[in-house]
Amino acid sequence: MPDIRVHQFAGKIDGPNPFWLASGPVSNKGEQIMRAFDAGWGGAVWKTIGDPATNTSPRYSSVDWNGHRMMGLSSIERISDRPIEENLRELAEVKRYYPYHPIIASLMAESVRESWHEIAQRAEDAGADGLELNFSGSQAGSLSQDPERTEMITAWVKEKARIPVLVKLSPNATNIRVVAAAARRGGADGLSAINTVNSIPRIDLDTLVPEPNVGGAGTYGGFAGPAVKPIALNIVQQIMSDPASALPLSGIGGISTWRDAVEFMLLGCTTVQVCTAAMHYGYRVVEDMAEGLENWMRTKGFATLEDLRGLSLQRVTGWEGLNRDYKVVAHINEQKCIGCGLCQISCWDGANQCIHSDRVSGPVNGRIELHDGPPTVEFRSRTSIATTPVTRQERAAAASNHGPYPTPLAKIPRVDETECTGCNLCALVCPVDECITMVPVGQNARPEHRGQSSLASEIAAEPQRS
Amino acid sequence: MSTTSIPDDLLLRERFTEIRPPLSPQAAVIEANRCLNCFDAPCTAACPTHIDVPGFIKRISTGNLRGSALRILDANILGSSCAKACPVEVLCEGACVMHRYNTEPIQIGRLQRYAMDSFQATGEELLTAPRGSRNVQVACIGGGPASLACAAELCRHGAHAIIIERNELPGGLNTYGVAEYKLRTSDSLREAEMIRRMGVEFRTGAAIETAEALEELESEFDFLFLGVGLGAMQRMNIPGEDQKGVLNALEFIASYKTGRLKELSGTVVVVGAGNTAIDAANAARRLGAETVYLLYRRGEREMTAFDFEYEHAKHEGVQFLWRRQPYRIRTSERGRLLLDTVQVNEVDRLLQPVDGSEQVIECDYVIPAIGQSPFAQLVQELRRIELRNGVIVVDPETGQTDNPRYFAGGDCANGGKEVVDAVADGKRAARAILKIAEAAYA
Ligand SMILES: Cc1cc2nc3c(=O)[nH]c(=O)nc-3n(C[C@H](O)[C@H](O)[C@H](O)COP(=O)(O)OP(=O)(O)OC[C@H]3O[C@@H](n4cnc5c(N)ncnc54)[C@H](O)[C@@H]3O)c2cc1C
Ligand SMILES: Cc1cc2nc3c(=O)[nH]c(=O)nc-3n(C[C@H](O)[C@H](O)[C@H](O)COP(=O)(O)O)c2cc1C
Ligand code: SF4
Ligand code: SF4
Ligand code: SF4
Repeated sequence: MPDIRVHQFAGKIDGPNPFWLASGPVSNKGEQIMRAFDAGWGGAVWKTIGDPATNTSPRYSSVDWNGHRMMGLSSIERISDRPIEENLRELAEVKRYYPYHPIIASLMAESVRESWHEIAQRAEDAGADGLELNFSGSQAGSLSQDPERTEMITAWVKEKARIPVLVKLSPNATNIRVVAAAARRGGADGLSAINTVNSIPRIDLDTLVPEPNVGGAGTYGGFAGPAVKPIALNIVQQIMSDPASALPLSGIGGISTWRDAVEFMLLGCTTVQVCTAAMHYGYRVVEDMAEGLENWMRTKGFATLEDLRGLSLQRVTGWEGLNRDYKVVAHINEQKCIGCGLCQISCWDGANQCIHSDRVSGPVNGRIELHDGPPTVEFRSRTSIATTPVTRQERAAAASNHGPYPTPLAKIPRVDETECTGCNLCALVCPVDECITMVPVGQNARPEHRGQSSLASEIAAEPQRS
Repeated sequence: MSTTSIPDDLLLRERFTEIRPPLSPQAAVIEANRCLNCFDAPCTAACPTHIDVPGFIKRISTGNLRGSALRILDANILGSSCAKACPVEVLCEGACVMHRYNTEPIQIGRLQRYAMDSFQATGEELLTAPRGSRNVQVACIGGGPASLACAAELCRHGAHAIIIERNELPGGLNTYGVAEYKLRTSDSLREAEMIRRMGVEFRTGAAIETAEALEELESEFDFLFLGVGLGAMQRMNIPGEDQKGVLNALEFIASYKTGRLKELSGTVVVVGAGNTAIDAANAARRLGAETVYLLYRRGEREMTAFDFEYEHAKHEGVQFLWRRQPYRIRTSERGRLLLDTVQVNEVDRLLQPVDGSEQVIECDYVIPAIGQSPFAQLVQELRRIELRNGVIVVDPETGQTDNPRYFAGGDCANGGKEVVDAVADGKRAARAILKIAEAAYA
């Protein structure tokens, strides 16, 4: 059984698994956090504690996509609206019941040395296992982008704290490495990234007011949820690939499944934090996260989290570092194709005009002038005469007129490999798994196939590309 | 007022609850989002009127319902009745790529209805080119789907079109024939009314049956479009066929749809196994008949009705008697009907009665539904136009007959297909007429 426990993160933090609740409404109260631990969460970052904020109602807005709710969640929520004493009293209580689950106190204070000293001390006295300095929420304003003040405040807190200090970074900084390096210079033991992305998620077309609409006006929000994952992964990679900024890292941003979590770990994260997914579906989302991670580690042959941590970092290079002689072309699996034509239209309108419906008329390779473009193809269908097959014979004829594949031959597009640039747009739009594959060609052709359990050893054996 | 609707009959509504009920707004969006938005979509190709299916579905998912409806109407002016009456299983939905994606096809018919219902609810009228902006006059004979589509298409482009219909109400079989649980008579009339408001002139209660009447129209109009449908139901030609209790299937359907026949009880035997037979049998059940038999001279695998219609009839409680043929109808002492039947076997495509297999079915009604005769009265007057097996011969691309001033479409030219085929025929003929007219005036 793979071991998914966390050891000595940021120097001192242990825990049963790497899945933490991120600071937010999911970690607002002691009662919630205890239920979360019972559900399987391996730690929690308390909702940011500081001088109690006031909140608006409503305060959230969702970006829905194709009928799916909350692809992204934008929030104008501020830090905890409850008194510092109440939060810390509950923190102490949870620690009494759950001594082995790390609780990180997320803190925010005025940019005054004494204020930070005081709140850090109080959180540590309450039993927090670490501190997370929130310079980065929408409420933190310019601080999130200011390396000098980041370094200064981190150093103040380090003067006091004996427990690990994490600095939570904002994706809104122009150069994340500069801010991360500043936190490192200030003595941070670790980093958390990312906080929410500045956003105006949507404008209501009836009221013309941005959402959430608070009595007739909206304001800038912090964007989170699945939509921000690519931004977060990029920032994680930026931080971890620079020796001046790399620190033990808790990855955050759009994590909804164990797959997302593994990606953050492959780029160097030791723990991961989740807010939106738990807001959407509740604490139970952690069950599949933990199981999925374990099962994946088992099939891939990883024994501990450290074995897989950062393995993909060596696979990221600048564009110049890529092998420009490597070439792939698209290949359509005729058995799997359902005939939706999406590869064809996307190739014609968004790529290189080299997917054609010419299997019946006879394949023709070559430049665009030789082929019927989308308007001609559609015109032909729309001026054809189609009738209802009312008799049994007509129905039987329609059913048998298929060719060798499940989809009628005329409806299975064909890739002209002589013109295909291998951009892979078609493979992305094809709705059928593994129907379009990108096949290496030329002298660089090599088998893409990876054995099921040899991934770990293969990655280890692969020489790092310079 | 030629297209007034008849009042909705609540009892009829209750008995004939819709088999394809409307989608709720959210269900429609969820279903619309399932559509892959195929390029050169097979559903569009399979639709005889080539409605841009992914186009109208996409517009539903974004909330552009007006655009969605106009997209539909652009290709199919009877988009509303087609959404309800089309055998989608063998048309658009049958062609949907989702079948090969191991999932249910997109519910195109119901989405189409959703868009059309919301458009009708706005009461918006369709835009047409100024009347008379095309200098061409067309008389459409028959007021069914083929003529409605032809006249509407002409009118949209500014030509002048009139519809001459024998019945009191327009709509043809959409009004008098299609099963009420699919398409309500009132819905058909609402559609005709929309077309009337576009500027099409309706002359109802007026049959064109003589050569003189045709000649008169020829002198008044540039072109004639024949959308007269098929003729009356075929007779069984057996003794006793003319007595009370033996109902002509089309008349039976028309009378329940228009509220003249409200109830049926006892045992009903429908003869035949096409879609009309199924409709009549289902209607008999819904009108209250306790036992409904469908009697067919061939077997289950030879029946011409669509598979889903057969399944539907079984679901309605219709019982099937295969390989049985009626040869006489008598009356019992208690006044019921006695249908003499015999088992038949098919030998070399000929049906042979099996000795000793005679059976008498005691029943209250017999409804022969063995097909419509191809010969409409008018067609017999068309001496100058080529017919084949009673069907008007046309150029499939244009609907033009061998008399260049005569066009034809719908059941009278395709031998009897579906509403959507009639619409496609009418539209094609209208476009061909416009093209000829344009060339003539250019
Ligand atoms: C019982 C039944 C159920 C059906 N169910 C469905 C269904 O569920 N879905 C589907 O898609 N299709 C269905 N159909 C088929 C569909 O109704 C027809 O294909 C369609 O109506 C054909 O349209 P049309 O305009 O060609 O003819 P019709 O609808 O038959 O219209 C022809 C019109 O012309 C009029 N006419 C005829 N001769 C003259 C004349 N000399 N002068 C003036 N007027 C004249 C007639 O009165 C009639 O109103 C069904 C058909 C039947 C019989
Ligand atoms: C409603 C809401 C409130 C939040 N409040 C805080 C906070 O008080 N302090 C803080 O450091 N981060 C706060 N965050 C940021 C989250 O901790 C986390 O960094 C961010 O949501 C990205 O993770 P996710 O995609 O899993 O939600 C908040 C996020 C949300 C959505
Ligand atoms: S996108 Fe995929 S399924 Fe669709 S036509 Fe292309 S290869 Fe076939
Ligand atoms: S008109 Fe009928 S066949 Fe055409 S798309 Fe609509 S429901 Fe399908
Ligand atoms: S075939 Fe199906 S999925 Fe494709 S556009 Fe048509 S309805 Fe949508």
